[in-house]
Amino acid sequence: MAKQLWKGNEAIAEAAVRAGLVAYFGYPITPQTELLEYLSGRMVKLGRAFLQAESELAAINMVYGAACTGVRAMSSSSSPGISLMQEGLSYIAASMVPIVLVDIMRGGPGLGNIQPSQGDYNQVTKTAGHGDFHPLVLAPATVQEAVDLTYEAFDLAEKYRTVVLIVADGNIGQMMEPAEMPPMREIEVERPDWALTGADGREHRIITSLELNAERLEQVNLTLQDKLQQVRSNEVRFREHRVDDAEILVVGFGTMGRIAQTATDMAREQGIRVGVFRPVSLWPFPEARLEELSRQVSRILVVEMNAGQMVDDVRLVVGKDYPVEFYGRMGGIVPLPDDVLAVIERIDQELKNDRAG
Amino acid sequence: MTELVETVVYERPAALTVAHTHYCPGCTHGIAHRLVAEAIDELGLRERTIGIAPVGCSVLAYYYFNVDFAEAAHGRAPAMATGMKRANPDKIIFTYQGDGDLAAIGTGEIVHAAGRGENITVIFVNNAIYGMTGGQMAPTTLEGQRTTSSPMGRDIGIAGFPLRMSELLATLDGAVYVTRQSLHDVKHIRRAKKAITTAFKVQEAGLGFSMVAVLSTCGTNWKMDPLDSLDWLRDNMIPYYPLGDTKVTDAVKGL
Repeated sequence: MAKQLWKGNEAIAEAAVRAGLVAYFGYPITPQTELLEYLSGRMVKLGRAFLQAESELAAINMVYGAACTGVRAMSSSSSPGISLMQEGLSYIAASMVPIVLVDIMRGGPGLGNIQPSQGDYNQVTKTAGHGDFHPLVLAPATVQEAVDLTYEAFDLAEKYRTVVLIVADGNIGQMMEPAEMPPMREIEVERPDWALTGADGREHRIITSLELNAERLEQVNLTLQDKLQQVRSNEVRFREHRVDDAEILVVGFGTMGRIAQTATDMAREQGIRVGVFRPVSLWPFPEARLEELSRQVSRILVVEMNAGQMVDDVRLVVGKDYPVEFYGRMGGIVPLPDDVLAVIERIDQELKNDRAG
Repeated sequence: MTELVETVVYERPAALTVAHTHYCPGCTHGIAHRLVAEAIDELGLRERTIGIAPVGCSVLAYYYFNVDFAEAAHGRAPAMATGMKRANPDKIIFTYQGDGDLAAIGTGEIVHAAGRGENITVIFVNNAIYGMTGGQMAPTTLEGQRTTSSPMGRDIGIAGFPLRMSELLATLDGAVYVTRQSLHDVKHIRRAKKAITTAFKVQEAGLGFSMVAVLSTCGTNWKMDPLDSLDWLRDNMIPYYPLGDTKVTDAVKGL
């Protein structure tokens, strides 16, 4: 299929439809709303389930209910809505039901604003609900990547019976770019062997997150942790740009990774040896490759549209003595490549001074 | 020689598992469970029914019903049921919820499920108290009723008025069958059974949202023996929560 011009939110919605989405439940919130609007027509025309819920709280529990029956179900929201969904995410993770959720991040905290932000990094990777679990978190930097990751997200959710979060900022949700859509998949008729389908000719099945016995609940947790370890081993994703001879490494995800790439190309024209490391899986965080690169470069610059959240994970990887710098903007401000370039130039000058000194 | 012919007149419904429940002696949850199971059996729905348990005393209901079951977060059962039913219109979906679950933390979900005319069946067990957490005031606790969080009796000036959920939901166009029954004596138990059966028939016929509220006892937290609890229900709850059909649409009457 040829490339077409797609708005990010609509492209993600169409990719989910093509991945075999059976049921969508959501609630309007800027800058995510076009995703819901698109599906309100598309899903109904295909005879699939679409419902605008009364709240994000209800939406995520509708997704939970549908997913318990073994069908592909998803929701989408933006930062404050994701906060409301945390209750459901914890129950879903605990009962090991596969779902896909899209977070088109906006400025916070509180009602914040509707401009792009990356302020949900900690919320989605570390604090997506009470108890010990992490969603599998994937962060696209382009509309095409958003399409590809969304298409794959359902397979990943089912493979690990887990929550897969597609996390993009309002830029990616709102902007238009050429993207190629994947083929339309048939909806799987066969339901998995854990799904609630009615106890017809078999024992009744139970999906619950409750386990009153401490030893057994610990076992449930150990099973969850084993699964998360598998995700850690198998699902690390990242992209690199001009890192081969780099002396400075810029680390950024999503839109910031893309801005870092432009800034890097500008710096390279001045002869500055700089490269970009862009985590695509935010959880699991690409620790091993980052550690490897940290031994090659002399400085790491982390760039984010927040007060510095992913930078903590970078510091955990490289250690507290490693020179890690941070540049971030908040409030919905998207830095320009020139802003990042200025920081790269300063770091380069410091490195030159160090060598001269 | 006369042959002795034995006829089974009473047995465990196929929709119940062989299990000892964790319910307190005298608790009416057991009766409510049995009525739901009998209705499912009699309508031949067991193999395509999925239940949703609430948070509260009946949180473990999934161990007692021999049908597929999910456990919801507190109050969210109607949202889960919505997701299940929308993705599987051929299945029979019911929620089993207590008063704290349905009338406090889950008011948003129940109102909108009813408002949409969600084709699900809700069994609403109202015992006027939070049982599982040890007897706190519920949204349905009566004026003057003593609980661990209204030790001097429910003060309307502080806690406001008890909610009549059946009447509230009956105002919504999507709710087609709303009825309130009681489990305090045999006559009323039989009526409750009939109402629960009707509610499942409503869903099977695709008519819309159905809810059977059942007035229930909690001897443990009311601090009464089981028989006194039944009398207390009759004398105190029924005057505030009148029994009978709150709403029956013409389509339901035609079943």
